[in-house]
Amino acid sequence: MKAVCWNGAVDVKVEEVPDPKILNPRDAVLRVTSAAICGSDLHLYDGYIPTMKKGDILGHEFMGEVMEVGPGVKNLQVGDRVVVPFNIACGRCWFCEHELFSLCDNSNPNAWIPEKAYGYSPSGLFGYSHMMGGYAGGQAEYVRVPFADVGALKVPDGLPDEKVLFLGDIFPTGYMAAENCQIQPGDTVAVWGCGPVGQFAIQSAWMLGAGRVIAIDRFPERLLLAQSWGKAEIIDYEEVDSVVDTLREMTGGRGPDACIDAVGMEAHGDTLGAMVDKAKQAVRLESDRPHVLRECLLACRKGGTVSIPGVYGGLIDKIPMGASFNKGLTLKMGQTHTHRYMRPLLERIVNGEIDPSKVISHQMSLDEAPEGYETFKHKRDHCIKVVLKPGGNGHHHGGNGREHHA
Amino acid sequence: MRDTPTRSTHKGTERSGGGLAALLGGAALAAFAVYKGTSRNREASPAPRHEPLPSHIETSVDILRPSQELYSFWRSFENLPRFMRHLESVRDLGNGRSHWIAKTPVGSRVEWDAEVVEDRDGQLISWRSVAGSQVHHAGSVLFEPAAGDRGTIVRVSFDLVPPGGAAGRLAAKALGPITRQQVREDLRRFKNLMEAGEIPTIDGQPEGKRPLVNPRNPL
Repeated sequence: MKAVCWNGAVDVKVEEVPDPKILNPRDAVLRVTSAAICGSDLHLYDGYIPTMKKGDILGHEFMGEVMEVGPGVKNLQVGDRVVVPFNIACGRCWFCEHELFSLCDNSNPNAWIPEKAYGYSPSGLFGYSHMMGGYAGGQAEYVRVPFADVGALKVPDGLPDEKVLFLGDIFPTGYMAAENCQIQPGDTVAVWGCGPVGQFAIQSAWMLGAGRVIAIDRFPERLLLAQSWGKAEIIDYEEVDSVVDTLREMTGGRGPDACIDAVGMEAHGDTLGAMVDKAKQAVRLESDRPHVLRECLLACRKGGTVSIPGVYGGLIDKIPMGASFNKGLTLKMGQTHTHRYMRPLLERIVNGEIDPSKVISHQMSLDEAPEGYETFKHKRDHCIKVVLKPGGNGHHHGGNGREHHA
Repeated sequence: MRDTPTRSTHKGTERSGGGLAALLGGAALAAFAVYKGTSRNREASPAPRHEPLPSHIETSVDILRPSQELYSFWRSFENLPRFMRHLESVRDLGNGRSHWIAKTPVGSRVEWDAEVVEDRDGQLISWRSVAGSQVHHAGSVLFEPAAGDRGTIVRVSFDLVPPGGAAGRLAAKALGPITRQQVREDLRRFKNLMEAGEIPTIDGQPEGKRPLVNPRNPL
């Protein structure tokens, strides 16, 4: 089959690789009908996530048709159309039983690596480094899905891939980011980063009762989408002297009740701190660039909450801990417990409350993946979200339009 | 982030090939069970036949299953090779005796007979090789209900004592050195099996072209 393989920093190739097969009783193999490129794939693309190996198959946001199931999978059948969470979770350990699926104890074959770096290991992830299990990802014609009986969610016929694909990552990720804000009715929520996760955080903040949402970015098309689709007030951070001051003035000197860092480890900025981060990261003195996180901590009101869906991997410098402590902030973060949100968010899509396909700017064939990564990285051509269509050319909808039987 | 262990390969399974089994068979090692780790079973501790070495290995894992179930799985010794990667097979001979076959990294085999020393249903198993074996070893496992209805804490503890005789040293050398990390990996696979019903793996999945591995930096 064809698959998108990582070959080093800023180097992905579409290669011919063996087809996946069932390796464990609870596995399934899917024929992939759609696979997105996620913002967090860009951290891999840029070479900032350790323990990647040349030849690793990328992709953690995908869906498809069940081709084969292992003997331990009783709730799926060949032909089912499913969307798959980016985390791999057993469903039976203490963490899974407490719906902390991204912290599953039993899905990372390389758990010893994060145990050295983090103390304890999070769950395995598709296509996201050997530290996170080394699982082959879904930017491919076929993919093996471990623990498919608890992960793969059947989706109704009649909804195109584009509306349900993002249940595997960015919609739940934006939703959990908003949920982590502990929004009280009328709260003001500020969202840094108007990429796909930021857009879903904005949508979700409204769903959870926000009174006001303020979105921060620098790309006009992203700010425009936040304004038009997200009904957010917007700040172009290149147009203001200080984002923190601007937010203070917009909120009458109080500050946002909650701040969301939907940017993570590769933040851009034009402050002195941001430039120092960039220099340090380039020579690996600092693994992550926490410019946005610093702004969130400084901008947030007293007693407020800072929610971090943006990915961090290692160490960060000059975090305003004094501000965080003395303002009594709450910090909530982590990889999304995707399984927890897929069903309720699918309901919202079925009910017509939200159309997640709004964030898609580009559809491409699998062969065009290298171009897709380049376009997405540099936000060329007003790129917001790229969806790859392994089944054929990039202009079809929903798995060749074949009938599916649930 | 970068300071991952230098011995690593990309496959956790390869890396942890030694494990409990090698430890048990690790004659060099003539391992001796002690129960220093917990107050509960201190009274059950047999006196070591030799002075303990500083290289005491003791580790534990929490498993969200009842202690009786875990005990029963372990007590069926033929199950042990399912999570102790260095074991080829264990055969129950009856009357508390069993025959163990371990694989060495170079493909040869080491065999011995073991006997159960103490067996408390649902709580504790300890065993050691019978007198005159090619390999001298002993081990113990304790199944302790975790506080707050959180399953069971499984504790394994060993003291390693010097080998006796040239044959023991040879067998020990063949089986290779043991680390606490390898024992932890065996216990992790036990947990994977008991909780999830399977051991996570990527062995046999597709991958693109791999370059020649730099042995100094295998990841």
